[in-house]
Amino acid sequence: MIQDFGTDGVIFLARGLMWTLGLSVATFLCGGILGLIFALGRSLGPRWIRLPIATYIELVQATPLLIVVFLSFYGLPFFGLYLPPLAAASLALTLYATAFLADIWRGCIEAVPRTQWEASEALGLSGPETLRHVIMPQAIRISLGPTVGFMVQIVKNTSVTALIGFVELTRAGQLLNNQTFQPFHVFITVALMYFAICYPMSLWSEKLKEKRNVDSTAH
Amino acid sequence: MSTALHIEGLKKYFGAHEVLKGVDLEVASGDVIAVIGRSGSGKSTMLRCINGLEPFQQGRIRIAGHVLGEGPQNLRVLRTEVGMVFQSYNLFPHLTVAENITLAPRVVRKLPRARHDELVDKVLSRVGLLDKKHAYPDELSGGQQQRVAIARSLAMEPRVMLFDEVTSALDPELTGEVLKAIQELAETGMTMVLVTHEMGFARQVATKTVFMHHGRVWESGPSEEIFGNPQTDELRAFIEPNLK
Amino acid sequence: MAYEMNFQPVLSRAPELIEGTIATIELSAKSIVVGLAVGLVVALGRHDGPRAVRTLATVYIEMFRNTPLLVQLFLLFFGLPFLGLRLSADEAAVIAISLNLGAYSAEIFRAGLAAISKTQVEAALALGLSKLQAMRHVVLIPALKVIYPALTGQLTLTVLGTSIASAISASELTLAGARIESSTFRSLETFLVLAAIYIAITIAFRILYALVGRLLFRRKVPPPSMRAASAFDKKEARA
Repeated sequence: MIQDFGTDGVIFLARGLMWTLGLSVATFLCGGILGLIFALGRSLGPRWIRLPIATYIELVQATPLLIVVFLSFYGLPFFGLYLPPLAAASLALTLYATAFLADIWRGCIEAVPRTQWEASEALGLSGPETLRHVIMPQAIRISLGPTVGFMVQIVKNTSVTALIGFVELTRAGQLLNNQTFQPFHVFITVALMYFAICYPMSLWSEKLKEKRNVDSTAH
Repeated sequence: MSTALHIEGLKKYFGAHEVLKGVDLEVASGDVIAVIGRSGSGKSTMLRCINGLEPFQQGRIRIAGHVLGEGPQNLRVLRTEVGMVFQSYNLFPHLTVAENITLAPRVVRKLPRARHDELVDKVLSRVGLLDKKHAYPDELSGGQQQRVAIARSLAMEPRVMLFDEVTSALDPELTGEVLKAIQELAETGMTMVLVTHEMGFARQVATKTVFMHHGRVWESGPSEEIFGNPQTDELRAFIEPNLK
Repeated sequence: MAYEMNFQPVLSRAPELIEGTIATIELSAKSIVVGLAVGLVVALGRHDGPRAVRTLATVYIEMFRNTPLLVQLFLLFFGLPFLGLRLSADEAAVIAISLNLGAYSAEIFRAGLAAISKTQVEAALALGLSKLQAMRHVVLIPALKVIYPALTGQLTLTVLGTSIASAISASELTLAGARIESSTFRSLETFLVLAAIYIAITIAFRILYALVGRLLFRRKVPPPSMRAASAFDKKEARA
């Protein structure tokens, strides 16, 4: 049945958009928690912790996200794990986000000058106290811009899960196109919806980065 | 003596702010002119107008056979005849000393490669840095970098040299070597305009000193008179603390 | 764990895997060349162009950076024929990936242009170089050096992003893998092998970037210890 792309279609896409947003939030939360642990382990942990984390980050960053998604969707059932598309999608995106966020945040922790550790030590603060009161507050300020920037990447990259049949915005676009045969209208609408989410976040990220540059030159 | 540089009624605005309010200046060839004045008096801006780095709104500049301020000019030809040395040296960090020196002769003058060595040796010996030919700028002290910058300018065989506060960024113990290089250059008869804060140097080396104040040439004359017998209160107020 | 891995069925399809690998490298190389060219032109337009050009460049950059590559691919491949322009899957892939890279690299190039201080250009102009000569001899290499890590990082993302082109059946490695997977049912093995090949490709490209970097930034600031040693060597040689 061929139908026209109209209000119903937009509503259908909007429902897909909701799934895109939900998946993005879940990815950011899970990837954020793991990423933070990995970032701390990578920059401050002993060698036997740093090395496997570094390897994990390198491997994930050298593998296409699509392959990670395929691995969790097609691969894991062989271990007796039958994951529905939503779970497989969340798992794959979390693995991916963990690696990238850990790398970004490691850089932020290491961007705090070494002398800050020495100064705190001289004041009698312990390692964890230094981390909590001196290093992290500065590292977090540095990380805000790049973190929001990476959120944009997460939102866009959830689109890859369309290829395992998870019905988020892009998959909704494909389905709607199959019914309406108006690919140009459908995908332009899809693109605009992504843009409406991502562009404000990109602007925000830029503003945060600029603010940090101004801060650091003012010091 | 012929005129090397002639500025008439030079006016320059940054937005609504008038930085140069009608500057007149005449420089004979072989002259060494020191331009002194407080920061914001317009002295660096005037210097930048002379080789076309800053556009200006009114007036005329005649220099080395070119006229600025009468329609579009071939700035590139002008600039090959007017050398400029900057406060922050501005050497090119990715090129060696020799490559810094030969860049413009090679690219602009198409000087054949076979003659590069000869040119490098000639200009480096004038600033006493023959042994630094293959060094990179970040391997040199500030004073050495500034001397290389002078040599780089000399390589284009300019008729007039402009110096924009060339010792201001240097540690005090390094200014001497740069001033010495400039003084030796002056003794060869090079026409030079120096914006400077070094009053003693201006008095000793410059044939003529120009005091700029509020975007105008406030007072000018032979250096001995300017420093020995200032006519205006502003000049007196400016040089007295400096000479103590 | 009941499942036993068996790579044999996948590895016996080596010719298809090799073909796919070559196709991926080809798609990557084409997209990188076109994408960087687009990015450079757009960056210069945004840096120096008239107002209309700057606006246009900004719109292009923001559109492509704030929508998924997959959607860009679908628009070009499925959407354009409705405007009378039909592209093959391979063509659509090169164009979409190039335009995507173009937007990202334009931003990176712009950062490089901004990083080289105005005074460096002024020094070159004061020596009589033209604006273009100043760009070529004074700005290009130092600017490239500043942005090189960011740029090569983006190129890695672009190379990995080519796997998305399998969605429109453009010829590349992931498509080859998907075909092997659907006929052998060895999904886990197939995608593990693909991951390994992609990792190898990424490493190969990184080595290439390092070599190109060494060529472009010949010498340039060795670490302090080496510098001291080389200065000593020179002294020795002169003596």
